[in-house]
Amino acid sequence: MNPIVQQHVTDFVYLASIILFILSLKWLSSPATARRGVRAGEIGMAIAILATLAGAGIVQYTWILVGLAVGGAVGVPLGLVKTTAVPQRTALSHAFGALTAALIGISEYYIQTPHVPKFGMIEIALEVIIGGLTFTGSLIAAGKLQEILPQRPMTYRGQNIVSLTVLAAAIGIGITLMFWQDISWLFPVMVVISLLFGMMLVMPIGGADMPTVIALLNSYAGLADALLGFVLNSKVLIVAGALDGASGFILAVIMCKAMNRSFTNVLFGAFGQLQTGAGKGVEERTVRSATPEDAADILKAASSVVIVPGYGMAVAQAQHKVRELYDLLTKQGINVTFGVHPVAGRMPGHMNVLLAEADIPYDKLLDMDQVNGDMPQTDVALIIGANDVCNPAARTDSSSPIFGMPIIDVDKARTVMVVKRSLNPGFAGIDNPLFYMDKTLMLFGDAKNFIGEVVRELGPGSHL
Amino acid sequence: MPADFIISLYIFVLGGFIGFSVITRVSRLLHTPLMSLTNALDAVVVVAAMIIAGRRETELAVILGTIGVAASFSNAVGGFIITERMLGMFKTGKANKS
Repeated sequence: MNPIVQQHVTDFVYLASIILFILSLKWLSSPATARRGVRAGEIGMAIAILATLAGAGIVQYTWILVGLAVGGAVGVPLGLVKTTAVPQRTALSHAFGALTAALIGISEYYIQTPHVPKFGMIEIALEVIIGGLTFTGSLIAAGKLQEILPQRPMTYRGQNIVSLTVLAAAIGIGITLMFWQDISWLFPVMVVISLLFGMMLVMPIGGADMPTVIALLNSYAGLADALLGFVLNSKVLIVAGALDGASGFILAVIMCKAMNRSFTNVLFGAFGQLQTGAGKGVEERTVRSATPEDAADILKAASSVVIVPGYGMAVAQAQHKVRELYDLLTKQGINVTFGVHPVAGRMPGHMNVLLAEADIPYDKLLDMDQVNGDMPQTDVALIIGANDVCNPAARTDSSSPIFGMPIIDVDKARTVMVVKRSLNPGFAGIDNPLFYMDKTLMLFGDAKNFIGEVVRELGPGSHL
Repeated sequence: MPADFIISLYIFVLGGFIGFSVITRVSRLLHTPLMSLTNALDAVVVVAAMIIAGRRETELAVILGTIGVAASFSNAVGGFIITERMLGMFKTGKANKS
């Protein structure tokens, strides 16, 4: 085939890929069509890869095939991780995506230098800076989620000023290179600085803010790919990057709204530090606790139950016991639903996946607004491993750090039961007045064991 | 400003709008699969890595391109597998009983 015709064929195949990618996301609008969407995405990806392999310009296949083989060997186990590990897997894949974009930008620079057009230089610089910071930032996020790194924010005085100075230095080098091409030794310096900035950006962010951070890093990874599309003049990259960037951005906005916080506050606020000095003069407050038998009796007598899951449920791996509880209660004609707060868990939608995996029908998984309307008519709100997302101080106490955050109004239910290890404040270190209310019963213990015991009480062998 | 840039900018802005309107319709239930799917789609950057590795312009480009092919192709493979797995978990009450 003549190379020009060949190029046109490749371009049309890329166009088909773009259309399939958009359809893929469109079909994700409902669980009923979502699997068709994945199929469309897979076909789009496959034809893009095949068209590139068959296309003009490639003179050597060995290393491409080596890369594909290694990628496949790494990708399969990463696709098979447990659902509780999905947040860190996602962070890791953002790192891989950003790494690719950065590496290609770097090779483009060295192929073109010292004749990089001015405009091309600024595109490459921006692309490599964003790719680099997303790479290390996502690695740090993955490390925190895997608990290799401490989840608490790591901060020091003047941190934000130092971080922003570092970022400004990287951008300054990019601009310098635009005008003075011959000082190309500055380029690797810029790469290193952007890698450093990524670490400095995510280190001070606490584990509870990870849903927003992951979404933002998702958006950056998309942006890096789109910018690479500008550098290489590749339409398919620009569209895929724009789709991914938009998706990450929308999710980050949803997460921020669900915490009543701004991007700047999440990125530079170091939320979740130990609040020093707040412990002064803690007055004695009484807490009522209950045994699994008590809890089972109360649940049996209810006609509607809302279960509010949180990260603690994932940590304790309690979702399958929760499913048994759901089955037993539903069998007795009790209406059981789940109230899922947008930031429950460590990434957007995390709780829904865990509960769906435990075979809980997805039409029982309700979001905050749906469940709050029914809360005053609810007999029992059962909180499993959640804390801040149902802290009434967010509505009532203007001095609370989470004041104004939309919460699940469990305190409006007739009875509240909280499964919790101890009275220690949650991750953000914020006291929860819910625990001291008259209608609240604390169920102290490991979520999996405690729910297991409740299930045993309710089960067929019990005195029912 | 090069003409290519303007064309690219048009595509980027329009692509962003399509993304925005399509993704705001995605069910909240599916936000985790959404993230893994967009991640897999974003791995189309593998195409650029393949070209960099296969054109053999410089040795550095071959090395960096090959690493890029491996990193992004693992995202494509892993991303599609995990998205399919997660979506397979979402069932309605009716499907459960049958």
